[in-house]
Amino acid sequence: MKNYDMPIFAALIALLIVAPLAIYPVFLMKVLCFGLFALAFNLLIGYVGLLSFGHAMFFGFSAYISAYTVKVWGWPTEIGILAGTAVAAILGLIAGAIAIRRQGIYFAMVTLALAQMVFFFCLQAPFTGGEDGIQAVPRRPLLGFIDITRDINFYYVVLAIFAAGFLIIYRTIHSPFGQVLKAIRENEPRAISLGYHVDRYKLLAFVLSATLAGLAGGTKAIVFQLASLTDVTWQMSGEVVLMTLVGGMGTVFGPMVGAAVIITMQNYLAGFGEWVLVIQGFIFVVTVLLFRRGVVGEIAALASRLGRGRESSARMAGSPAAGH
Amino acid sequence: MFELIGVPPQALFGQLLLGLINGAFYALLSLGLAVIFGMLNVINFAHGAQYMMGAFGAWMLLQYVGIPYWGALLVVPVIIGATGIILERLLLARLYHLDHLYGLLLTFGLALIFEGLFRKQYGSSGLPYANPIPGGTNLGFMFLPWYRGWVVLISIVVCLATWFMIEKTKLGSYLRAATENPTLVRAFGINVPRMMTLTYGFGVGLAALAGVLAAPIYSVNPIMGSNLIIVVFAVVVIGGMGSIMGSIVTGFGLGVIEGLTKVFYPEASNTVIFIIMAIVLMLRPAGLFGTPR
Repeated sequence: MKNYDMPIFAALIALLIVAPLAIYPVFLMKVLCFGLFALAFNLLIGYVGLLSFGHAMFFGFSAYISAYTVKVWGWPTEIGILAGTAVAAILGLIAGAIAIRRQGIYFAMVTLALAQMVFFFCLQAPFTGGEDGIQAVPRRPLLGFIDITRDINFYYVVLAIFAAGFLIIYRTIHSPFGQVLKAIRENEPRAISLGYHVDRYKLLAFVLSATLAGLAGGTKAIVFQLASLTDVTWQMSGEVVLMTLVGGMGTVFGPMVGAAVIITMQNYLAGFGEWVLVIQGFIFVVTVLLFRRGVVGEIAALASRLGRGRESSARMAGSPAAGH
Repeated sequence: MFELIGVPPQALFGQLLLGLINGAFYALLSLGLAVIFGMLNVINFAHGAQYMMGAFGAWMLLQYVGIPYWGALLVVPVIIGATGIILERLLLARLYHLDHLYGLLLTFGLALIFEGLFRKQYGSSGLPYANPIPGGTNLGFMFLPWYRGWVVLISIVVCLATWFMIEKTKLGSYLRAATENPTLVRAFGINVPRMMTLTYGFGVGLAALAGVLAAPIYSVNPIMGSNLIIVVFAVVVIGGMGSIMGSIVTGFGLGVIEGLTKVFYPEASNTVIFIIMAIVLMLRPAGLFGTPR
């Protein structure tokens, strides 16, 4: 059972460690935050088969909580991020308990509607600052001694958060718990008949995904020193779907590749205004019609077709997508 | 001036009428979604964008061609419905063999494209569309603008006609049979793929009709559809997509409830439908009119 995920991951982290030499750290931090967000989203769609169209509620609400606790209550940075993450977990527990009562397409519609409810709450609640959002969130020294006002220092902190999030997700999907999740994705009635409490597994996966999306959102709020309505809109939920789809749903590295692609694209097209929306829609359509496996999925498929050798077949066996 | 439960009747009935109007749009849109979903197993995320295009269609016909409201009411649903047919043939039909979620993702992409194009061209501030039947009548307890009465009336008529067509005619029976078992119906020599195409066109046409009706009430705006469609999704979840009459009743009912919330507790008026959705999901996961499966 040869598995190249960990060497690839190590190489990726090594690459990211030296990346600030060539690339602007704030841009990299943005990619990492959205990469973690997409990884959290992918845990549901890729490994449980649940399409959440409302993940912005965890990302954006956590950003508000982190920004508010750090700026208004003066909490230390790390506690602020953790507070946002914890609130996202609680929100995930509530939203998940409601949403898992339906499957498939209904699940997508329910999560979308719940996220819209959170959006209206954020629009009306006084603490979010309405249309202005919470601006100028201070970057206080992390753990009391790491000066994160310097972007380069903060970049390595964000990289550590990202790596931790990645490892948590990786560990989850390769644990017995993750195997049960895949079994549910492949054949839910059979998983039930085998005696698994399917709803409990789904809820736990949903809460974990919401928590990590919250971690990404809280971190993002400190990076940009801003929490705003943009982060809780349905467009944001759509963006994370797009990132994961482009990178490859259900692949280990796809979501981060997708996040990098989409963020880079947004960066270059920032001056084109409404065209960004059109192009994103266009990418959606083209990907769904022609590249459903996404960048990483297509590369893996290509490798297995070319190689037909040890590597690809071992990978197939190494990541047992279960239930044939 | 007397008051009713602490609220002046003018405000109460005014909001009730507004709720009924919103309910009319919820009903028309959720009906279209239910018809499309029943036949194609696709949740049409572009439904809101197609509603918006209906409103813009009416505005453009008046602005560029000089065709007034009444002409637009007939022409626009046909044109937008035809664009729906093209989309179904070119794009959607390629996804039927896959998971239903891909249909949702595709139509979401289409919605982004449509909304982006109209925002690029017309900005997002909104364009006015003149009321074709100005004036109204004083009913004593409230003022009824003619146009609003017309919208409620016509949408009830269209909803009932759709219900009649699907539940009581021969064409409708083919449609229901094809929903149950497409393979068997094809074996009887009925062209099911063509029925699916026409169904999508019809559902999109309903959305465009709602858009034309909405043009004189709300300003014609590229983002009018995306905000509405999420509420309509919640309406669909509450009603369940199993029954045509169910989506009509749920649509109107929720519009009225929303209107009443505006009177008694305005803070919750944006969220009341989502809250009802959450409660319904806890008590009756299949929806009020849905059948569990």
